[in-house]
Amino acid sequence: MPANNLKEIKDNYDKQYANITKKIIICAGTGCVSSGSMKVFEAFKTELAKRNLNVCLKISEGCREIYLSKSGCQGFCQQGPLLSIGDTFYTKVKDTDVVELIEKSVLKDEVVERLLYKNPADGKQYKTTAEIPFYKKQTRFLLQDCGRINPEDINEYISNGGYESARKAIAEMSDAEICNFMLDAGLKGRGGAGFPTGKKWDLTRQSKGHKKYVICNADEGDPGAFMDRSIMEGNPHSVVEGMIIAAKAIGADEGYIYVRMEYPLAVTRIKTAVREAREIGILGKGIFGTKYNFDINIMEGAGAFVCGEETALIASVEGARGMPRPKPPFPAVSGLFGKPTVINNVETLANIGKIMAVGAQEFRKMGTKNAPGTKTFALTGHVANTGLVEVPFGTTLREIVNEIAGGTTGEDGSPDQEAFKAVQIGGPSGGCLTKEHLDMPIEYDTLKAAGAMVGSGGLVVMNKTTCMPSIAKFFMGFTQNESCGKCVSCREGTKQMLSMLTDITEGKADDKTMHTLEDLANVVKVSSLCGLGKSAPQPVLSTLRYFRNEYNEHIQNKNCPAGACKALAKYTIDPAKCVGCTACKRACPVGAITGEVKKPHAVDKAKCIKCGACMKACKFNAISVGG
Amino acid sequence: MSVEKLSDVIAILNEYDNNPSKLIPILQKVQHKYNYLPEDAMTFVANSLGIPPAKVFGVATFFSHFSITPKGKHIIKICDGTACHVKKSEGIINAVQNKLGLNAQKHTTDDFNFTLECVSCLGACGIAPVVVIDEEVHPQMTPEKVTALIDEVAKKEAQNAGK
Repeated sequence: MPANNLKEIKDNYDKQYANITKKIIICAGTGCVSSGSMKVFEAFKTELAKRNLNVCLKISEGCREIYLSKSGCQGFCQQGPLLSIGDTFYTKVKDTDVVELIEKSVLKDEVVERLLYKNPADGKQYKTTAEIPFYKKQTRFLLQDCGRINPEDINEYISNGGYESARKAIAEMSDAEICNFMLDAGLKGRGGAGFPTGKKWDLTRQSKGHKKYVICNADEGDPGAFMDRSIMEGNPHSVVEGMIIAAKAIGADEGYIYVRMEYPLAVTRIKTAVREAREIGILGKGIFGTKYNFDINIMEGAGAFVCGEETALIASVEGARGMPRPKPPFPAVSGLFGKPTVINNVETLANIGKIMAVGAQEFRKMGTKNAPGTKTFALTGHVANTGLVEVPFGTTLREIVNEIAGGTTGEDGSPDQEAFKAVQIGGPSGGCLTKEHLDMPIEYDTLKAAGAMVGSGGLVVMNKTTCMPSIAKFFMGFTQNESCGKCVSCREGTKQMLSMLTDITEGKADDKTMHTLEDLANVVKVSSLCGLGKSAPQPVLSTLRYFRNEYNEHIQNKNCPAGACKALAKYTIDPAKCVGCTACKRACPVGAITGEVKKPHAVDKAKCIKCGACMKACKFNAISVGG
Repeated sequence: MSVEKLSDVIAILNEYDNNPSKLIPILQKVQHKYNYLPEDAMTFVANSLGIPPAKVFGVATFFSHFSITPKGKHIIKICDGTACHVKKSEGIINAVQNKLGLNAQKHTTDDFNFTLECVSCLGACGIAPVVVIDEEVHPQMTPEKVTALIDEVAKKEAQNAGK
């Protein structure tokens, strides 16, 4: 069916869908697949077939009764595999639950209560996603269809209003009109820096040249971030649609999606989406029945964090080492193969079709004046509910951590509000926020002022067992490894900072170390060429700003307050709790523990190798570590 | 270079029209075929594309996905991204290294059965800590669970060898 008639596709789909009485959706995002959701899917297929029920896996002619569909990431990864039957939402479903689910929930309208989501905080059960606090407190604008529609069926995307914005942009709007519309909407780049998308497009539009490119930056390399992966897995057509609109806005006829090879499922889904779009004339020559040509190439990255930087990404697409170059000239003037190029991130592009569908004014009603719209965050670490969330800009950290994430968890994984220590936001380029920032509205400017950044949206909650100098060391290890080596300050600076942080966590640092570290951090920040080097010192600077005491404890008292630094660990036995069972003495591999049976034991600190075997062996909680 | 290898590499080069800007996808395909980048294949690619072998070598050593030494039959990827790290992925890495006799410098076992790779983020942070063995993602790992998984793979390997 030709794509110039989206309405016909939609009507046809709706007609075919009309005889469906029950819809079963199984989450097929990376998280749920790894927890076994495909086994559940296969079990449903077999068990439904045994009962001679009419099942269709894709909506087509003659479908009736049951629609068994796979969706992309629904966000609530920790509770996976996720499944919904009609409105009823089930969590942690196993293939062995399928028979009961079919008999009760599919054939009768009963609910299998033991598989409903139970809130760990108050033990309450919820039947639909609309009631669950994790979903209820979110604003799912961008992710509305993610986890609801089948990502491998273009007709389902179209029947939900998809590609109508792209058709309008191609057939009815001029390039300048599209740019002006985006300027009105005020969308800012979701990849981290927050540059206005409309402005970027308008600059590229005005650049002279017949050949221009659109690149989708899907090289989501920040450790702890998976928003882009979820979008590509859950709603890949929204990314393709955004690219088509961007292409029209700047006058490009060719696009690239540069996607990480670490995301095999996202690669497959986006390839399928591009193929489907080509088949019905949404990509290729004369799209939507007009004279306009646009097609998309997919390139898999080969694993380099620095390729998230736009000029490095371009170098890599051109077949070279992914090293950044100085700007100007900006890619808007001279980008891929020297031609004007727009590079947008996945989330930015996925927003565009939606914004055109609701209108600029409606879009501006969400978020703040400076940052309209919503932002997705990958919520991870020590919280009750980890997963993918979407909130309007201006939401506070407290709302995200306590209400959506269900609060901080302690060492044993159970909720413990007192355990909250910090939130790391923005990955290796971002910083840490503390208790005092919990009520700060999240936005590009507020975060920058607090020494962090929106970044791509990784949000890692850390409890009191996390040592801040160690976290700074962890990020420095990452950037040092990923530094491309072009600028001396970044190449050598990250290495020296890493060695100083290692000294601090191993008790080898002195008073000078911290000053040198701070000085060097500031030098690297101002003297590196690209974003990687400029922001590499950020985790150090922000932890120094908010947790200076913890650094001092490590340096002056050779003590790790969180008890996380192995080299500084001091194992001590509390004589009041020790019953003299000798379990620790027998567990110690170096004979560092002395004491007689039924009398309190003691650790010889000179002999101790800090392996922690004694602490594991003690059944009376008498051994502690740290100060 | 063997005739067979030569024709494999030529087929890959033809697929990309001998276009130097497609160097990365070409190397990806070569690596997929041989599970690493043999030096003679890299030189051949360079000559065919009309670029210096040093450039090909430069690209091959820049990106972490490429390997210029042979890898093991089974690839174990342990995620050490932020989310996995705060959920103690370090203990999992140590457990696997101890189990297989590997260390920070040595990534492949002597019998070429296993290669251990530490990766920065697999994007499965909601189910951290994560280990991927031969493309299969295993959620919420512990040192005990991961060593059991390796035992399973090794057992299958021994059975196949016995056949």
